[in-house]
This record gives sequence, structure tokens and C-alpha cells, in this order.
Amino acid sequence: MKYEPVIGLEVHAQLSTASKMFCSCSTSFGAAPNQHTCPVCLGLPGALPNVNEKAVQYAIMLGLATNCEIILDSQFARKNYFYPDLPKAYQISQFDRPICEKGWIDIEVKGKTKRIGITRIHMEEDAGKLVHEGEDPNASYVDLNRAGTPLLEIVSEPDIRTSEEAKAYMEKIHSFVTYLGICNGDMEKGNLRCDANVSIRPVGEEKFGTRTESKNLNSFRNVAQSIDAEIARQTDVLLDGGKIVQETRLWDANQRTSRSLRVKEDSQDYRYFPCPDLPVVLIDPEQVNKARETLPELPDQKRDRFTQQYALSPYDAAVLVADQAIATYYEEVIALGADAKKTANWVTVELARLLNENKQTIRECKIRPPNLAALLALIADGTISGKIAKTVFEEAFTTGKEPGQIVEEKGLRQESDQGALEKICLEILQENQAQVAAYQGGKDKLFGFFVGQVMKKTSGKANPKLANELMKKLLGPA
Amino acid sequence: MKLYQKPIHTLHQQRLAKEVTTEEIAQSVLQRITETEQRLGSYLAVEQSEAVMERAKAVDQQLQKGEEVNPLAGMPIAVKDIFNIKGQATTCASEMLKNFIAPYESTVTQKLLAQGYNLVGKTNMDEFAMGSSTEHSAFQVTKNPWDLERVPGGSSGGSASAVAAGQALAALGTDTGGSIRQPASFCGIVGVKPTYGRVSRWGIVAYASSLDQAGPMTRDVEDAALMLEAIMGHDKNDSTSLTATPPDLMASLRQEVKGMKIGVIQDLDLSACDSEVQRVFAENLETLKQGGAEICPVSLPNLQHAVATYYVLAPSEASSNLGRYDGIRYGYRSPEAKNLGEVYQLSREAGLGREVKLRILLGTFALSAGYYDAYYLKAQQVQNLIRAQFQKAFTQVDAIVSPVTPTPAFKLNAHLADPLQMYLSDAFTIPGNLAGIPGISVPAGFTQEGLPVGLQILGGLLQEEKIFRLAHWFEQNQTLSPPPLAL
Repeated sequence: MKYEPVIGLEVHAQLSTASKMFCSCSTSFGAAPNQHTCPVCLGLPGALPNVNEKAVQYAIMLGLATNCEIILDSQFARKNYFYPDLPKAYQISQFDRPICEKGWIDIEVKGKTKRIGITRIHMEEDAGKLVHEGEDPNASYVDLNRAGTPLLEIVSEPDIRTSEEAKAYMEKIHSFVTYLGICNGDMEKGNLRCDANVSIRPVGEEKFGTRTESKNLNSFRNVAQSIDAEIARQTDVLLDGGKIVQETRLWDANQRTSRSLRVKEDSQDYRYFPCPDLPVVLIDPEQVNKARETLPELPDQKRDRFTQQYALSPYDAAVLVADQAIATYYEEVIALGADAKKTANWVTVELARLLNENKQTIRECKIRPPNLAALLALIADGTISGKIAKTVFEEAFTTGKEPGQIVEEKGLRQESDQGALEKICLEILQENQAQVAAYQGGKDKLFGFFVGQVMKKTSGKANPKLANELMKKLLGPA
Repeated sequence: MKLYQKPIHTLHQQRLAKEVTTEEIAQSVLQRITETEQRLGSYLAVEQSEAVMERAKAVDQQLQKGEEVNPLAGMPIAVKDIFNIKGQATTCASEMLKNFIAPYESTVTQKLLAQGYNLVGKTNMDEFAMGSSTEHSAFQVTKNPWDLERVPGGSSGGSASAVAAGQALAALGTDTGGSIRQPASFCGIVGVKPTYGRVSRWGIVAYASSLDQAGPMTRDVEDAALMLEAIMGHDKNDSTSLTATPPDLMASLRQEVKGMKIGVIQDLDLSACDSEVQRVFAENLETLKQGGAEICPVSLPNLQHAVATYYVLAPSEASSNLGRYDGIRYGYRSPEAKNLGEVYQLSREAGLGREVKLRILLGTFALSAGYYDAYYLKAQQVQNLIRAQFQKAFTQVDAIVSPVTPTPAFKLNAHLADPLQMYLSDAFTIPGNLAGIPGISVPAGFTQEGLPVGLQILGGLLQEEKIFRLAHWFEQNQTLSPPPLAL
């Protein structure tokens, strides 16, 4: 029997506000344990929450970007459970009245566009964390620096069918939150994390199968791998005549396997109810309009503009806009007069390769837009060949030197002097008379050999076009 | 009349006239505590005499220099042990918080501090404000100063007995279902529950957040106005605190009652009340009529569901609010706990009292999956109906009067075995909390046995001026002949 996977994702985005969701404590990382705490985020008796307006603003922005309806009177609710990292024994979240509902985003997989529904986006606070290393080896320690950090939870409809789509969806959400500047998007640090709900059903069946939830997916690759593994696991279970158990599973990225965390029967009753400490979140429709007007250009719009304005292929445009910093970099190079198409190639191929190999971000990259523009100008005016340019590019990537300076220091200037080149060509013909005879005897494939010799003799600096023309002229017809 | 028996505003006038010093006032109150506290048990903690005298002296020095001081400055005032006072224990009369030292100050005490009040001690209460007799304190029983075999009411029972006995000139209480008005009535003093949101809840340990409201407990209505003016106002630390301009209560005290329309709730069955309570209430209505007030019947048909509604909503919120007392970060942790589950289980088992656990269980049940709609949601709907009915009633009348409680102070241990009987003592006060409206309890008479009986005056939302006007007129125009205290 053939099965079809049904996948829904819950993405948590940590907002990049300076202060926490319900108090003025800093959200910054790296402080000594419990330094960024106050009566509110410590859950002391008598302390009361106060909503961070910026977080509400960010939720509205993401809601608009994902085509959601903005709920003008959403409500905070308490999710009650006991855990040492949860100081109030409840998390302030949103339950039946989230701030955003009924949206969608488009993803592109294998050149096709697919629309994925967004069920809801809601605001909530993060928990603290437990530290298991400390003075007493038998004790666990509680660090509440993270407690109260603002989160947005983005819940998709079960519209996703493959791990590829899931990855594309996650990448899209990543690009949205970073474009909007509401989340750093650093998945390794847990800024953006994802839980995947996966079920399978026989192809053609309308009813959903029993689903499992995989937690702790903190990279695009983990999202894809865990989903593939879960689909395979569920398929095996069903093919063996077994039943899927509704459960929460924990993905182990190193072992590339998941294990059951808890089954549904053990799942907690969170006893949600409206948080009596916080009034209804009233949003002025004017505020929504204003947010809509001031929304930055989003990845899809930018992609469409790139294909039109710069005559790029949709693929190239999509690659460029996936990371806002790359897109900005690209446009800065263009602004300095570089050719749009060629720049796109350099950015998406050479630059992307080097960044990847060196695990660098575009912001850390030593080749700044003016450097790349200068390099492209050197190619355009024939100072260096495209091939030499790659060497210069690599050198510049490592050293941060001006491409022009590298060309001068290493003597990489292209040989375009007709007289000098012709002299070299004649030398080569002289040295390879047998081949000349063979060529003229009809072995026209040897032409490449002669040009190759020119390049060799000039250490690759000969203007390839000119070398071709001269050889053709000197050899005569084959 | 001894100094400790006088209201603050009178003492303030006397000290301005140089007839008395703040030090003498403080000395009188401290002396009274020494003489009576062993029999009453109002306080969980009393300030050091030196500190109280020091603060009184400082105010006298200000006065000598001709500086203007607030009437509350230097006046010995007690605070219910549910308000955080920085550096002091906030126990909520619970084993759980016995050793909890507040690292920050509540807005209310901060505001009193700004007026120079003289903290005299922290008063006993029902554990976490859950109760109507102060018998649910984990530490001690508080007696009613009029009859030491009777309860002072609750949960702000310690504050009520302290003010009634002259162990403080005034006190702070909190009122979630009647916890200021009911003990005020039982102890023959004035108690005010302001409109929900008038007074900041920041730094006050939460019982039922949507109903909790702090207020003054004083010797007379003018003192209540002085205190409430000092503590009310918007607070950015409490998102539910109101931004409405605080009323001029002192001005309202100078107004007549003539022409006011006063509602009497038709749906309230007074025949179940103590006969003496009925008699006093009838006399009170007569007094108001003679003052030129118009008595009108008002209909609030859903009031019969108020107690049931309250005992779903308040415990639901409490079950969540009290989850933080888990033995992890502060408060009691069972030394026997060997793992995380036991830390929670054993600490809460030993750290929380019976009534508190009962209400946590009730609330947990009402919020549970499968029961939420039938209990919590239904209760919220009834609450909305009660609110709407009050709102409608207040378009017809300026205030609504009733007895504060169905009976005068009951005997110690009378209702301990029967929580439902205990809960019914708040039947007349609970509707005010559910509707979020202001209410005041004013001394209104005495039973033949010599126990005080109070009159409750409820006003529309933000209509504190009206209830103060009525309460003050009533206080000034009735004849009370109080028997001596049992001290």
C-alpha cells in the first residue's frame, strides 16, 4: 500500500525585543545565571505582568506578512503546569483568541509554488532552563534569564506533504521573520525552532492518520531528516500491521533517530483560562493600517521585483532573496554599476560557495559590495579574464585586499596586446610544427590545443578571445 | 476618650492645635497593643516600639518646623500580612511563606509610605485570604474585641480586630468576596472595597486576581476617605488598574443625603437573616428616609447564584495563582522530598492549609478539560449577567443598601466543620466583587447581645463619591450606643 504523509509545523520564533514579554528585564544572552530577572519573571508573590507593546507590534507585522487576519481583541491565557523552569507554574500564552488567524504563505518546491495555510500566530513567554552541571552533582539548577522572553508561535495547517515542503516552509518563515527584523533567526541558538506533527494515510484517503509530534528541531536539516525518519517509521509500523500511537517524540540529531517522550494518555491537562492579570489586547485598526504601510519589502515581492528589474531567472532571484542580507548585498553591487546577471552568478555561485566552505555569513565576508563591483569591472573592461577573476576573488575573500591591488601585485593583468600575443602565437606554431601539419591536414579538433598553449605560456593571462582570433588567422583553414 | 480610640482626622487636628503630639499617639497605640494583644491575637508581627516612636518623633519635628504633613503621617497603621513590605516577611498566614522575605514593596504601602504612615505591624488573616473568620490562619486565632469567644470575621480579621480594639488607628485589608467589609461589620468599624482597579494590586499576594481589591479599614468614614485617597490611582505595574481620575472623596463627605435614590434589593431574602440584623437594617432604612433619601426597590434576580459563581471563579484563579508555591525557588520545601515530584507533593501537602487545598482542588476541577464549559465558563456568564443587572440598577438608583452579613460575628469554631455555612456569611458582599463595584461597610447598630452590625452601601462602577457621601451622612446622623469592648 502507498501512503501519503500529512505534515503540520509549529514554529517558535524568539522575538528580538530588548526586554522580556511581561517585564523590563533584558533578553540578552550570556549573562551569569538569574542576572536578568525581577519579581515578575521570577514569579514572586504579588508580581504582575505588563505586556511588551513591541512584541504585540511584531506579532501584527508577522501576521500581516503571512496574510493573517489581525484579531483586534485577542486575549492572553494561562497554560498551567508544574516544572522547575516555569516560575509561576503557568505560562502566559494565548489560547482561544490568538492575535493572528487564518493566513497563508507560498513556498516553492521543484519550481512549483504551493500555498501553505497558517492556522494561527500567538504570543507567549518562554520558560527558563535547567542546568545539570554545578557544585552538587546530584542537583539541577534553575536559570531564569530566559524566562519571560517573548515568543511567537506560528501554527501551520496540515497542508505539507513532504520533508522538502516542510524545509521550504521553515526557510520561508525564517526569511519572513528576519526580513521583518523581529527575530534573529539563529536556529542553532534556538531563536527559531520547530515541532513537526506528522501522520500518514493511504493515498486517496481523506481522513487523517494518527499523528505524532517531533520536538526539538533546530535546523532546516533536522526538520527534513526527522520528518523523513518519522514517515519511514510510521510506514514500517503500518506495513507490519501495527498501529500508530499518538505521542510526542524527541529527535536526536546526532543519532538521526527519535524516541518516544510521552504518549497521549500521559499528556497534561493545561487548564487554560483567560489570564486575569491582563486585559484584552485591544488593537486600534489604525495601528494595523500603519503597520501594513510600513511593512518592509518581503521575500516574495523582492523576488518578483528582481526577476523584472534585473531580468533574473526566478530561481536565481529566489536564491538571492532567501537571505535578506544577501539580497541587500546584491543590490549594493548593482548600484555600483555592475551587470545584474553576472553579479547574480558571482553571488549565488562563487560567493555562496566560499561563505559555505568557510562557515561565514555575508556580514562577516571581507569582500564588500564595492570590492565585488570592482572585480566585475576588471572583468568587464578586459583587465582580467573570468578565470583569473576567480583566483583574485578567492584571494580577496581571504585577505580582504582590493581586487585591483591583487591583480597588480600578482601581475594578473590580461594580455590583450595584439602584437605581443601574435608573437607568442607564432612561437607556439614554430615549436609545434607536427601539430600544425596535422591541423592543416584536417584534424580541426587540435585548435583547442593551440589556444591552450597560448594560455599556458601566458600563465592564463592571455585574452582568450584575442588568442582565439589570432590563432584562427595564423593557422588558416583546417 | 483615649488617644487610640480616636479617628486619625481628629488626632491630626489636635496635633495641629498642639493639643497632642504624634509621639503621644504612637505611645498610646503601642501601649494598647502591649495590654491587649495576648488576648486578641491581631498581629503576626509587630514593629519594634523604638522604630514606631522614631517615626512619630520625626513627624513631630516636621510639624514643629511648620512643615505641612499629610494627616496620615506618623499615624500608627496596621497592614494585612498579604502586602509586600520590602525587607519584611509576607507570610499570608501560611506555613508556605513563613520565611518569605519580600524583596520589593507593594504599590499601596509605597503610597502610604510617601504620606509618611507609621507601620505598626502586620495583621493575621485567613491563609492566602481564603476564609471568613481568620480561623484559617496557619499561625494563630484572632478574637473579636467585642466578644473574645467570637471570630473577628475574615479574611482581614486581624486588621479589623486591631482597629476596633485601638491596636492601630487604621489598617489595610484586601477584599475578594467580602474580606474587608465582613470583618469590618463584625468588628464595628468602617471598611471599603473600592471599584476593581481603583487600587493597584502590585505587590499584594494574589488570591483571585480578577476580584482582589485592597482597601482601608478605619474607625470612621472620613478616615476611610483619607486612606483611600492616599492609596488609589493608576499604576503602570498593574495592567488592570484603572486610568480614571481618582475622585475627591473628602469633598463628597460634605454633601447631604437628601434627594439620593437608594435601592433595596427585592430578590434578597432577608428572612433568613438573624432577626437582630433584620431589625437594625429596618432602622437604618428609617434613618435614611428621614434624612430625605428616597428608598426604591431594585431587582437583581441573578444574585441568588452569586455565591456559587464566586466559588467557581475564585478557586479557579486561586488554583493557578498558588501553583508557584512549589518549594523550588522560595517558600517551604519539604526536607523529606527525594525527587522533583516529592518536592512538589510533600512541600504543598505540608506547606498549605486545609481550606487552601480545598479551594485549589475546587478550582483545578472547574478548569479541567471536560468540565471547563460547565463550571468556569458558566460562572463567567453568570458573572456577566450579575454585572449587567447591577449596571441597570444603577441607572435607577444612586446606591444600593443591604446588611453586610446575614448574622453578626459567630462563635469561634462554629463553621469550621461546615465550609458551606462559612461561605454563606459572604452572600451579601460577594456580588460587589463579581460586579467589580465599590462597597462600604459602616457601623449601623448593635444586637441585643452587644455585637456590632454593619450596613453595606454599594455604588455603581467608579461611584465611590456617592457611597462615601451616603456613608458619611449615615454615620453622622444615626445614634449608636456601643457597649464596652470585651477587653
